[in-house]
Amino acid sequence: MPRQIDTAGSAMLQSKLEALGLKIHLSKATSHIGGDGKIDSLHFGDGSILEVDMLVISAGIRPRDELAKLAGLEVGMRGGIVVNDTMQTSDQRIFAIGECALHSGMIYGLVAPGYDMAEVVVSQLLQGARAFTGYDMSSKLKLIGVDVASFGDPFIAEPHSRSIVFEDAHSGVYKRINISPDGKYLLGGVLIGDAEAYNMLLQTVNNKIALPPHPEDLILGARGGEASEGAGVMSLPDEALVCSCEAVTKGMICDAVTELGATSVDAMKKCNKAGTGCGGCVPMVKDLINGTLTAQGAYIKNVLCEHFDYSRQELFDLLKINDIKTYSAALDHFGTGDGCEVCKPAVGSILAGLWNDLIVKQNVIQDTNDRYLANIQKGGSYSVMPRMAGGEVSPSQLMAIGRIAEKYNLYTKITGGQRIDMFGAHVSDLPDIWEELIKEGFESGHAYGKSLRTVKSCVGSTWCRYGLHDSVSFAIEIENRYKGIRSPHKMKSGVSGCVRECAEAQAKDFGVIATEKGWNLYVCGNGGAKPQHAQLLAGDIDGPTLLKYLDRFMMFYIKTADPLMRTATWLNKMDGGIAYLRNVVVNDSLGICADLEAEIELLIKNYHCEWKEVVENPELRKQFTHFVNAPKVKDPTMEFAEMRGQKMSKAW
Amino acid sequence: METAVAVTWLPVCQATDIPADGGACALVEGEQVAIFNFARRGEWYATQNLCPHKQQMILARGLIGSTGETCEPKVACPYHKRTFSLLTGECLNADECAIQTYPIKVENDVVYIGWA
Ligand code: SF4
Ligand code: FES
Repeated sequence: MPRQIDTAGSAMLQSKLEALGLKIHLSKATSHIGGDGKIDSLHFGDGSILEVDMLVISAGIRPRDELAKLAGLEVGMRGGIVVNDTMQTSDQRIFAIGECALHSGMIYGLVAPGYDMAEVVVSQLLQGARAFTGYDMSSKLKLIGVDVASFGDPFIAEPHSRSIVFEDAHSGVYKRINISPDGKYLLGGVLIGDAEAYNMLLQTVNNKIALPPHPEDLILGARGGEASEGAGVMSLPDEALVCSCEAVTKGMICDAVTELGATSVDAMKKCNKAGTGCGGCVPMVKDLINGTLTAQGAYIKNVLCEHFDYSRQELFDLLKINDIKTYSAALDHFGTGDGCEVCKPAVGSILAGLWNDLIVKQNVIQDTNDRYLANIQKGGSYSVMPRMAGGEVSPSQLMAIGRIAEKYNLYTKITGGQRIDMFGAHVSDLPDIWEELIKEGFESGHAYGKSLRTVKSCVGSTWCRYGLHDSVSFAIEIENRYKGIRSPHKMKSGVSGCVRECAEAQAKDFGVIATEKGWNLYVCGNGGAKPQHAQLLAGDIDGPTLLKYLDRFMMFYIKTADPLMRTATWLNKMDGGIAYLRNVVVNDSLGICADLEAEIELLIKNYHCEWKEVVENPELRKQFTHFVNAPKVKDPTMEFAEMRGQKMSKAW
Repeated sequence: METAVAVTWLPVCQATDIPADGGACALVEGEQVAIFNFARRGEWYATQNLCPHKQQMILARGLIGSTGETCEPKVACPYHKRTFSLLTGECLNADECAIQTYPIKVENDVVYIGWA
């Protein structure tokens, strides 16, 4: 240790270790070991005695030079076979390498310099010119949880260098850097308690990188003002060794990015093994990858898939400006290849968000739920869910559902969104089932689409003694306004008649709660795997204002979210969060609200019950078969089991 | 090239029965065969309808597309998005076993499957 850290650093290390409960005795010369048959104490030169049960001796390196002595080779005063820069001993024909060799008064007890010496000898034997010129003993380690590092020349002092020392006794951090007297170069230093900067500092020494104007930033971090230039990884020379385990230089890493397209750490590991050893260089490798990409003018962007080099938002704008209405046209103009299961539904969602055209017209680009306008379930059957806006349903409609479910042998269940789902339908029965439902006054519930599912409501002021306003009517109005509109992901909503919040509106993508003065509008909540409370967008507003804000909010989400991104994630990723969103939606800070309102108006106007269109169109109806060549035959592999008097799907 | 195997060409359905750039299932000699009309490339493919992942009769309802520099044609199972090469039947994104592919041709708007 004394060869690696200075006195102040040692003191700091000592106090850190003592804080961990270790007792450290320094400058003690052991006079003898006490005990009878077994050790019980250590006796020191100053007369003090330490009781112990065990003794571990750290003896350092002792060069085995006995043979060399017998052979008459020159050895050092404290042992070690004297060698020159080409590893030759005093007898030119004999080489010595490793821990037995004494080079310029130094014995190297590490394996890496040993390898280096071996290479020098090989080079000599092959008439090469390599020489050994000492080895960098910089090192970083964890000592019982405390970071300790030293690099370059840790001790060099005035007049050969000036030192900058940072000492924080409170958190046990000590940092010292030695810079050249002209302030241009870093010569070495010591880090105790926080060695995060080790890699970068070592590179700065080894590569003689010019120091920034405020070299103290290297150990303190930039404190306000201009971020310090020149300290970043990108300023390293190409030869800088970044991964010392695998001998990978900065140049090799940057080349792998530009030439081989390795843009992730994993890809880099495959290219040149950087970061596969101790892993200490991984953060630097990451910075180099991103730095190289940025330098190339690339920005890390979020593209749909291998066929479209655009984000969903970019593509949304492109398809709109170019008036593109089909997937093929989108692929021809802005994509490559033949598309896939990722971009087809994503583009389908964009087109629906732009034009709200009939989704079955392009059913081959839709996920199976949108293709068959029903939710596929285990075993290949589908479920059928008519809309019950606000959860309101009449007794005669309930009886109709019962009758139809019985006729087609469907399992029925009330869903979390306050409506009735009928499971276990054969694909070929779907049009018949819907024909009957439509006759009874039902319409599609869009449970299969990435669109508004339901607006859950509590019973509100019509029946509840606490109710402030009529939450059911408002829920029905909202649900009917936005029904069928496709969005990046499904949306759920709720309206409660007072703060008791029986409709759980704050767990929804948008939720409304009645107040004494009007309504509170909450947005971007989520149930599901990662629950998140909705946040207040506007408070105490009247109904028409609320609908206006909702129009803008919905359209802004439809236009800017990534595929399959729920509103909660969308908000979490938004710079500025809810304050920014409120500015856009309420204060029209981007000046786009008039557009947003016009765009959603078009979608609302283009609403159609998709099932009605299918039921009335024989061509579309024909597609609802299991076998094209045997339309009457149902899938014979579809099986059901029984449970509590109803059917259920068979286990996978 | 594959080695020639004697197959019987069985007429299965009209070409217009299979949606462009989509698929449909046909009953062939008691087996479920998924037929794909890759109209964008002017190609036809036929595979087993069963997805090996959870043994679901579903592949005909999967989305088709292509992947990689060679534009390998593929179909994605609607359930858990396992994808299979339409050329070799190999699973492209998981360890599922390969699916069976069948010879297919279209003549005078009739789709034929080659049955061995
Ligand atoms: S939220 Fe309020 S108004 Fe609605 S049911 Fe509950 S208590 Fe009644
Ligand atoms: S059943 Fe096909 S991927 Fe799971």
